[in-house]
Amino acid sequence: MKRLLSGNEAVAHGAWEAGVSVAAGYPGTPSTEILETFARFPHVYAEWAPNEKVALDVAIGAAYAGRRALATMKHVGVNVAADAFMYAAMTGTEAGLVIVSADDPSMHSSQNEQDNRQFAKFARIPCLEPADSQDAKDLTIAAFDLSEQFDTPVMLRMTTRICHTSTPVEVDARRQEHPPLIDKYPRNPAKYVMVPANARKRHPIIEHRLEDLAAFAESFAFNRVEMRDRALGIITGGVAYQYAREIFPDASILKLGMTYPLPQKLIRDFAGRVDRLIVLEELDPFIEDQVRLMGVTLWPEQVAYPHTKSIFPITGELNPAIVRQSAQAAGLLPDAGDAEEAGASATAASPQPLPAGQKIRGNGDLDLPARPPVLCPGCPHRGVFYILHKLKVPVNGDIGCYTLGVVPPLSAIHTTGCMGASIGVAHGAAVAGDKERHVAVIGDSTFFHTGIPALLNVAYNRSNVITIILDNRTTAMTGHQANPGTGKTLQGQETTEIEIEPLVRALGIDQVVTIDAYEVEAIEKTLKQWLKQDGPAVLIAKHACALLPQERRKYVALEVDPNACNGCTICFRIGCPAILKSDQLDPKYHRPLAEIDPLLCTGCEICARVCPRDAISFRDQVVHLHFEA
Amino acid sequence: MKNATSSQPTTSLPPLNILLTGVGGQGTILASNIVAEVGVALGYDVKKAEVHGMSQRGGSVVSQVRWGRQVFSPIIPPGEVDFLLAFEKLEALRALHYLRPGGQLIVDPHAIPPVTVTSGDAHYPDDDAIQAKLARVTPHVHWIPGVTIAEELGNAKAANVVLLGAFSALLGHAPDQWLDVIRQRVPPKYMELNERAFRRGRELIQTERE
Ligand SMILES: Cc1ncc(C[n+]2csc(CCOP(=O)(O)OP(=O)(O)O)c2C)c(N)n1
Repeated sequence: MKRLLSGNEAVAHGAWEAGVSVAAGYPGTPSTEILETFARFPHVYAEWAPNEKVALDVAIGAAYAGRRALATMKHVGVNVAADAFMYAAMTGTEAGLVIVSADDPSMHSSQNEQDNRQFAKFARIPCLEPADSQDAKDLTIAAFDLSEQFDTPVMLRMTTRICHTSTPVEVDARRQEHPPLIDKYPRNPAKYVMVPANARKRHPIIEHRLEDLAAFAESFAFNRVEMRDRALGIITGGVAYQYAREIFPDASILKLGMTYPLPQKLIRDFAGRVDRLIVLEELDPFIEDQVRLMGVTLWPEQVAYPHTKSIFPITGELNPAIVRQSAQAAGLLPDAGDAEEAGASATAASPQPLPAGQKIRGNGDLDLPARPPVLCPGCPHRGVFYILHKLKVPVNGDIGCYTLGVVPPLSAIHTTGCMGASIGVAHGAAVAGDKERHVAVIGDSTFFHTGIPALLNVAYNRSNVITIILDNRTTAMTGHQANPGTGKTLQGQETTEIEIEPLVRALGIDQVVTIDAYEVEAIEKTLKQWLKQDGPAVLIAKHACALLPQERRKYVALEVDPNACNGCTICFRIGCPAILKSDQLDPKYHRPLAEIDPLLCTGCEICARVCPRDAISFRDQVVHLHFEA
Repeated sequence: MKNATSSQPTTSLPPLNILLTGVGGQGTILASNIVAEVGVALGYDVKKAEVHGMSQRGGSVVSQVRWGRQVFSPIIPPGEVDFLLAFEKLEALRALHYLRPGGQLIVDPHAIPPVTVTSGDAHYPDDDAIQAKLARVTPHVHWIPGVTIAEELGNAKAANVVLLGAFSALLGHAPDQWLDVIRQRVPPKYMELNERAFRRGRELIQTERE
C-alpha cells in the first residue's frame, strides 16, 4: 500500500520493518519526527536521551547486546556525539547500528551549516543518502544489513528537504523478525575495550573494512546509472538528484545512494560513457573532491583552491532556480536572458549565501513588513529578558525558544553559540576578569543536555556567574518533547520528575531560588541584589510554556483602560504580539494608547505588572468585570 | 546485486504547482496535507515540502505541493506556481514572486499584523496598494473571506477549508474526493462544520462565474 510519508516518517517505518528494537535520540530540527514516529510502533523501545552523546552510547550499547539499534539527531547533534561516533566506528557492533544525521543546509532552524558526510569519511564508515521518502525507507533497511555485513555503524544522512518532504512510499505492515543476534553479551575485550593496545589493532581493521565497502559499493543496488543523452553526465545523490532531473531532464545520471565510500569503477565507467561529467551536490564538494582525487576528469577541469567546488554554490541549500542559474553562469545551459528572474546571482563556488525566493522579481517596490518569529503571547521567557534588558547586563545566551530574547525590543542576549555554551562562556568572561558581572541564560532541556557540567564548573571554580534557568517544563523549540524534568517518557510512561533546584544545590551552588517566571518584580529584585554580591548564584524562573494544554485552559484576555493609559510605551517594550497600538491617541501627548488583542492574550499579566499607571487589568479584575456585567 | 541501468524517457507533462502560505497557527500545514492527499487520491505522483522550526513561532509558514505524472524537485521555482493559496493577505504579497504571471491566486482578505507593525514602525500595506501589486502579476485574484465565513459558521479555524473549497471549484473538481480526504483529517465532531466551510468556498467561485 502506498502512503504519503515525510522522509522522517519513512525512516521510522524502515527501522521498524528492519526489526529495530531500540532507538534513542535527542530532538532537533529536522530530525525530531523520526523518533516520535518510531516510538508509536508496537514492540519497540524508544527514548529521548538528555543529549545526543548519551543517545548514541545507548544505541551502541543495544547493538553490542545484539539488538538492531537506531540513533537520531540533527547535524550539530553529531558534534555532541562525536566521541561515541568515533569509538563505535572502531569497535563495530554485534547487531546493526544506524546513526541518522539530519543536516540543515540553509540553516532553516540551526546555528551553523555543516556537511556531515565528512563525519562518515572521518570515521571510515559508510554514508547513505536518500533522495525521497521511498529511498529513505529502503536505505534505512539496507543500512542495517550493511552494518551487520561489514561490522560497522552506518550513517544515514538526511537533509531538511528529505526529512520534511512527503512523497508516496510503499509501506509494509510486516516486520522482519530480529531476535537478538547473540545468546550472551560479548566478552571480547580485543574488540570492545579500546585500550591503546587493542585500538591499535583495530585501526588497520577498519581501514581494510573501508576497502571492502568500496568494493561492495560497485554493486550496491542504490548506486544506479540512468543513461539518457550522453552529452552530459551528472553524478549526484540526495535531494540534489531531484534537481538534476528537474533542470537537466535529458542528462545521464549516476545516482549514488552511498556517497561514502564511492564506487570507483562505476564512476570511471560512467565517465567514459558521457562527453562532459559534472557533480551536483549540496554543501561541500564531498563527492567532487573524491572523484577528482581518483583522477577522473570533471568539467570544468580547473578548480580554485581553497574552494574546490565548481559550478554550484558551497553555501546554502540548492533549489531548481539556483541549479539552473549556476549552470547558466558556467555555460552548461543556455542563458535564459533574464537571470534576474530566478533570484540569485550565482557564481561558481561563491561562498555567498544564495537564499531562495528573496529579492526576486521586485517585491521590493512595496516594502513588506517582516514577520519574524517572536516569543509567543504569554511566553514565560519574556519577563526575564525584559528585566535583563532593563538591568543592562551582559547576557550569554543559549539555544531554544528563548534565543528569541535577542529580538527587539527585548534585545537582551549578547552571545549564542551551541547548546550548553551559555554557562561556560559566562564563566570564561568572569575568570578573565571582565568588569561586568555576567548572566548565563539557559532553558531546562538545554540545562539537562550540556548545562550541568558547565554549572558544576562554575561551582567548583567559584566564578561570579549568575545563571538563570528558564524552566518552562518542556522542550518547546522543537515541538514540546518530554525531557527529564517533565515526568513523562517519549513513549508516554510516567517517570521521576527531576527537580532542578536540588540538582543545582547538589552541584555545589548555595545561592539558589526558584521564582514563578511571570513574577517580574521578584525576579528584578533578586537579580539587583545578586549583582551587588559575589559568587555563583542560580535563579530558576519556572512557569510552564503557554502553549501546553494545561496552560491553554487558563487563558483570560486582559484589557487596557483607555482612561488610565497615557501611551507611555512601557508595555510595548516587552515585545508581546498581543499588545497593539490602538488608533486612539492620548489627549496630552498625542501618543497611541495600548490595546490588547483578546484573541492572542493569554493573561500572563507581565504587561499589567510593568504598567506604571495600572492601566492594564489583572486576571481577577477581568473576571470580576465580566461577572458584574 | 547489479546496478540497474535504465533508459527512461525524458519528463512528460510539467506538474501542477500549488503553494500555500499563512501565519503560524492558521492551519497552513493541515491544508497542504489535504491538498497532497487529494493529489494521491487522484492518482498523481505527489511531493509536499515544508519547513518546520522557527517559522512556527508566529512567523510566516509556506508549504509547497506538486502533483504530476512524475514529480522531481520538492521545491517550486519562483514564477512557476500555478495556484497560490494565501490565508492572510500580507503573506500573499510575500509569496507573490512564486506565482506564474497570470496564475490563479486565492487570498483571504484577513489581516494579521506582524509585531513589526504592532509594536514597531513598519506599516501594513493598505488594500489599494495590495490590489495594485497583485494585479500586476495576475488578473485572476479570488478574494475568499475564509475567516469571516468560518466565524459565521462558528469556528474561525475552518477558514483554511473555505479556501480549499474555492480551490477545488477552480480546478473543476467534484467535491466528493476532497470531502473524503478532509474526513480522514479532521475529528468527526468538526466534519459538519468543515463540510459547510468547504461548500461555501465552492459557492463563491461559482457565483464569481455567473
Ligand atoms: C546539539 C543540538 N541538539 C539539538 C538542537 C536543537 N534544539 C534547539 S533548541 C532545543 C531545545 C531547547 O529546549 P529548552 O532548553 O527547554 O528551551 P525552550 O525551547 O523550551 O525554551 C533543541 C533540542 C541543537 N540546536 N543542538
